[in-house]
Amino acid sequence: MKGITIKFGDVVANNNVDFDLLKGEVHGLLGENGAGKTTLMSILYGLYQPNAGEIIVKGEKTTIKSPNDAMELGIAMVHQHFLLTPPHSVTENIIVGLKSRGLFLDLASAEKKILYLAEKYGLKIDPKATIADLAVGEQQRVEIIKALYRDIDILILDEPTSMLTPQEEKALFATLQSMVKQGLSIIFITHKLHEVMEASNRVTVLRGGKVVGTVKTSDSSESELAKMMVGRSIIESVEPKASAKNPAILQLKNVSALNNAKVKFLKDLSLELRKGEILGIAGVDGNGQAELAEVIAGLRKVQSGEIIMDNTAITNAAPRKIREWGLAYVPQDRLNTGLILDYSIAENLILDRWYKDEYSGKIFLKQEKMKEFAEKVVTDFEVKTPGINVPVNSLSGGNLQKVLMARELARNPKVLVVHNPTRGLDIGATEYIHKQLVKQRDNGVGVLMISLDLDEILTVCDRLAVIYEGKIVSVMDRRDANVDDIGLMMGGKVAVASEGKK
Amino acid sequence: MKLAGETEAVIIGIIASGIRLATPVLFAGLGEKIAERSGILNLGIEGMMLMGAFGGFIGTYFTGNYVIGILLAMASAGILAVLKGFLSITIRTNQLAAGLAIWLLGTGLAALLYRLTFGVRTAAPSVELMPKIDIPGLSNLPGIGPILFNHDPLVYIGFLLVPLTYIFIFKTNLGLKIRTVGENPKQADALGVNVYKIRYLAVIVGGALAGIGGAYYSLVQTGYFLENITGGAGWIALALVIFGRWKSQWILVGALIFGMVDAFQLGLQALGTTLPYQFLLMLPYLIPIAVLVGLYKRTGAPAALATPYVRGER
Repeated sequence: MKGITIKFGDVVANNNVDFDLLKGEVHGLLGENGAGKTTLMSILYGLYQPNAGEIIVKGEKTTIKSPNDAMELGIAMVHQHFLLTPPHSVTENIIVGLKSRGLFLDLASAEKKILYLAEKYGLKIDPKATIADLAVGEQQRVEIIKALYRDIDILILDEPTSMLTPQEEKALFATLQSMVKQGLSIIFITHKLHEVMEASNRVTVLRGGKVVGTVKTSDSSESELAKMMVGRSIIESVEPKASAKNPAILQLKNVSALNNAKVKFLKDLSLELRKGEILGIAGVDGNGQAELAEVIAGLRKVQSGEIIMDNTAITNAAPRKIREWGLAYVPQDRLNTGLILDYSIAENLILDRWYKDEYSGKIFLKQEKMKEFAEKVVTDFEVKTPGINVPVNSLSGGNLQKVLMARELARNPKVLVVHNPTRGLDIGATEYIHKQLVKQRDNGVGVLMISLDLDEILTVCDRLAVIYEGKIVSVMDRRDANVDDIGLMMGGKVAVASEGKK
Repeated sequence: MKLAGETEAVIIGIIASGIRLATPVLFAGLGEKIAERSGILNLGIEGMMLMGAFGGFIGTYFTGNYVIGILLAMASAGILAVLKGFLSITIRTNQLAAGLAIWLLGTGLAALLYRLTFGVRTAAPSVELMPKIDIPGLSNLPGIGPILFNHDPLVYIGFLLVPLTYIFIFKTNLGLKIRTVGENPKQADALGVNVYKIRYLAVIVGGALAGIGGAYYSLVQTGYFLENITGGAGWIALALVIFGRWKSQWILVGALIFGMVDAFQLGLQALGTTLPYQFLLMLPYLIPIAVLVGLYKRTGAPAALATPYVRGER
């Protein structure tokens, strides 16, 4: 790819990007969120058309107008969010859309080919299984086989490890090696340094839509790549504080709750959060994290057990009451649950206090007070915005999160629950949010940080707990934390891990 | 002994006529199933059936040929299906609103075209009813013969369509494409399936089958075309698809219950009862829904049902 430039409105997502992939290599494409990695690969896959530049595949200049064109050139892409049909079988998902000779589905010979490919590349899969019954790692294997089935030469993987446990990640890397040995070339999009170091032969680093450089992995180091990626050093780890002697501020005792499908999802979960600490909840997505946050916030019914905040039982209390008693909650879905996108900053900031005399007159809201409050928040939290009356959907992700955090922190909470607080944010915004969390901790607030990003938990938290299938399987100080053990626990191998230690 | 024989004949008669009354709903339901499997919810079936009833009637009236009548029925309803496809697939209007518009359009258009063709007459034009075909050897079986093997050809075709639509949806390449488009159009598109084409195809096939269902009223049951001759059968078909969880066999069950209850209440009306006839008329609409709701499990809806697809949208 030579001189690729693409603009979305006024934003230049890729600026004169050169990228080359050699046959038989794993090429890491490294960059922060918003650096233009996925955009660049979407161009190669025919999803976007570049404004300038050319694409040369196997020595021939080509234009790729659709994923169909890409596939004909032997290029396939596994997206970060899988494109699978949950009620269908593995085989059906793989063969749909193939040029078929007959009228009827030939599942038997398709299954044979799938098993052959699975064997060849070490991708264990049951072709008859239904996608909905498969774990995330297995679904990814289906995606990879779906690509291999179409006789490709180039495979693009977009953030392939974001939903995997460390063990599944290792298995994936082994698969990549065996594919490369068979002559495939792989492009591996990621923002995690250790992954490119581990899995790639060469790395191209993107920053702000431009190529910073392409280096051989063996000639480089994590710290060098980090500098290339962010232009400065990476997020500094926060020194953990010992919190063992602090009194408890939030306790969950044997809490059980149902998920949206009415299945018991939190199972006798017990947890204790202390004053002045950040407690991280680590786990693979879908192990009860959302349900945990929601029972604390009063948004999900507790079936049995109790929740006590600062000596007050808050079990199944109304959300507004729980908040009045000292809870602040930053939900993971900031766009839908956290904020109302069409409302202005000032309106969003009083969503939880509009009924108070301070802001509410007999009939009308007190606009002056709202304005005062909003302007103070915008200044204090360094929210970049043209004004307090613009709808929040015109703000960037980082600034949206600042508005949400500001509203919650302005409550002067006793307990702060944050769920994936920095997902999708750039490094600057992430650091800012982390600083705010640490500041709350230092003021004696109990902070519960639920995050899918284990690195984040290991950077910020004082203690951490691992959640698996609706239970807390282990709690430890961060000083004692070992990534391999945590990885095993996240994958449900708790008994083995703890016994091995003893 | 003679009395027992008469009772038996009455029961056989009710069941056989129940099967005939179930047939149009079955056609429409199986067609709608195919459309919904591709993600298109068509509330306009009733209108398509009326256009089918009209198309079938004039085709047969002017040529005396039932095959031409049925083809015209499929084409008349199919044209409305193309329009429904244009509204729901190409310009992506709200599918509920588009369906209601098709219903009203079909209802009015069928009546208008009928008036334009025949004007106002003292004796309504009619066609001869479609003849029955006895299946040799089987139609003489006691009991089962008259119930199952002494019908017009459309009954046989309708019942054959139950396994055929199942095989089409689950065992053919095209069926897999339809299902994938209805569940995850983004995946289908990424794998080179033309989402729009598949959806048009499914909605047109669905419309054509609804057209046959409509023609059944004019060609088999009455021999006339009347305004609103389908009497809400399209709406029942729609409900059967949803409560039958998009499965051919459950749509058949629902259609049979509808037909049997309808035959039973018609029999009761003929015998004369103290029950108000409005109540009896309600039963065929109420009972199949009640039964299927009882069996209903909240699964099976195509994930992208009633959701228009836009390439490149997240």
